[in-house]
Amino acid sequence: MPKVELPGGALPDARGHFGPYGGRFVPETLMAALEMLAQAYHEVGQDPDFRRRLDLDLAHYVGRPSPLYLAERLTREVGGARIYLKREDLNHTGAHKINNTVGQILLAQRMGKHRIIAETGAGQHGVATATVAARLGLACVVYMGAEDVKRQAPNVYRMKLLGAEVRPVESGSRTLKDAMNEAMRDWVTHVDDTFYVIGSVAGPHPYPMMVRDFQCIIGRETREQMLALEGRLPDALVACVGGGSNAMGLFHPFLADTAVALYGVEAAGHGLDSGQHSAPLSVGRPGVLHGSRTYLLDDADGQIQEAHSISAGLDYPGVGPEHSWLKDCGRANYVHADDEEALAAFHRLTRTEGIIPALESAHALAYAERLAARMSPEQIIVVNLSGRGDKDIPTIAAREGIVL
Amino acid sequence: MSIPLVESRIDRRFAALRAQNRAALVTYLMAGDPDAGTTVALMHALVAGGADVIELGVPFSDPVADGEAIQLAAGRALRAGMTVHGVLDLVRRFRTDDAETPVVLMGYLNPIERMGYGAFAQAATTAGVDGVLTVDLPPEEGEGLLPALREAGLAPIFLVAPTTTDQRMAWICDQAQGFVYYVSLKGVTGAASLDLAAVGDRLAVLRRLTRLPVGVGFGISGPAQAAAVAAVADAVVVGSALVQTIAGGMPEQLPGTLETQVRALRNAMDAAPRPSREGN
Repeated sequence: MPKVELPGGALPDARGHFGPYGGRFVPETLMAALEMLAQAYHEVGQDPDFRRRLDLDLAHYVGRPSPLYLAERLTREVGGARIYLKREDLNHTGAHKINNTVGQILLAQRMGKHRIIAETGAGQHGVATATVAARLGLACVVYMGAEDVKRQAPNVYRMKLLGAEVRPVESGSRTLKDAMNEAMRDWVTHVDDTFYVIGSVAGPHPYPMMVRDFQCIIGRETREQMLALEGRLPDALVACVGGGSNAMGLFHPFLADTAVALYGVEAAGHGLDSGQHSAPLSVGRPGVLHGSRTYLLDDADGQIQEAHSISAGLDYPGVGPEHSWLKDCGRANYVHADDEEALAAFHRLTRTEGIIPALESAHALAYAERLAARMSPEQIIVVNLSGRGDKDIPTIAAREGIVL
Repeated sequence: MSIPLVESRIDRRFAALRAQNRAALVTYLMAGDPDAGTTVALMHALVAGGADVIELGVPFSDPVADGEAIQLAAGRALRAGMTVHGVLDLVRRFRTDDAETPVVLMGYLNPIERMGYGAFAQAATTAGVDGVLTVDLPPEEGEGLLPALREAGLAPIFLVAPTTTDQRMAWICDQAQGFVYYVSLKGVTGAASLDLAAVGDRLAVLRRLTRLPVGVGFGISGPAQAAAVAAVADAVVVGSALVQTIAGGMPEQLPGTLETQVRALRNAMDAAPRPSREGN
């Protein structure tokens, strides 16, 4: 398969730009901290000891490599291309998020930072951060929108069990974007001793690059496993996109393989026309939020709008800047699935394969089913099953009127 | 940077204060809090109380550099319908009765970007704005907005933080006009951990790097602090303390209350001993 260079070469550039996207749009107080972080990250990239320690942690703590599983009954039921699942749901803590937190907190320790902060929406990134902080004995504060604290009570309790302090955020829409604002305010205030672990490929440079690099283990493994199982690369990759870290981790090692189609699936919520969705790449515009230029949802005056999705992990009005770039240069396709489609896919996978997916991942499954049905049985799709659905059981039950 | 041909209101104001060996009092309000009409009256009240420069906050839904007081004020202003166009309209109304007090807008990039850099800069100049401080726009990302501001005759105002290296300070000062805004602490607006000795040390460095006036803000709330900062800085910025007064007051009484609060700051600053800055 021919390898081609993408326009722009290796991205981001030295200033953290992916074409017109990315960059560093932060208050001056954080500029020095971001520069130090970029420097420290560059140094560990040259350090074989860091890589060895990270690989050991990924193998023996996270449980990697995660399986690449052929979903035969799902494939039969959908009809068309064969559907493989990259089983990130089998990682420790139940999602891909820990690939990144293991890496960032190892870096925090290297930098001599004693205090870890994070934002979280559904709580998966918060749990993954609190988990690694507990293991390394670091103080951990997790900011979570007050609305999400209510919606995700089990994860709030998990974080507390792990020794983290969960601070409910009462400002703005009281969801993920506000939690991120509050985490940035904390970082500005405690910039000397605190490491901010961002959970997605969003935020100011170097975060989109760094989180992508830590998540690329997903795509690298998928590539090797697919070559071993099938002797060739897949025809299409499908992943859900909120901030977009699981999608970027899967896509990035395949960017130069232009015969592999890439599909990022945004949450269409109640429908793109309803105004209640989380699909900035589908219907948003470029703007500046949380430290980078990227597609986002805002009103005519440039005020950021609230996002909506049945899945708290996709409920974000922005998206990682590299996705904005991949959209504009046409390398990846950004599509969408709404709440109802995701729910149907949730039930179908649970019933046909005995795997309960996270509602986030169910958006990717919903689109993959549509895609597979249009393809031939010789073709192969890989869906990133980015997390398991245990955390969503109360949401699903409540929707179906079942009291647990 | 080239020296502007026409001396700006900001430059004139600082030159006059320097001649009197007085520090400038820069006061901040959130535009549209509690409503547009009240804001114009409050701007005049600030001037009546002795403010030299008005900083007008442009409300944004996600103000990451601001503490609770200004976050809440932005929320009130947005709920009352304030927009970027609305802010410019307030300045235009203020200018009908005050042609001299410099007005600096302080806000975040996205609302300005949405309006369009060129359109915003032209409209701001026409309305009577003198400078623009975009909190989340460090100079390295300014290639779109900064030329538009300069072309329209607006001063780009930049923040310098306790974490800013000397080399970077020099680079920022090179691009600034009007005045340089030193952030007195590691934190958000309205924080309560001002370390005056540390501020004095950094200001000494900053003064060697720029001939622009240096203002100090974030965390200055009362007359005693304002007086202490006035002894070392060219300008003292007070924001959250005034915004809190507005949050707690009845709209019709606010101009009087605010004028009294500003006068107390002004009097304390004028009474404080101040080293001569001749030859700087």
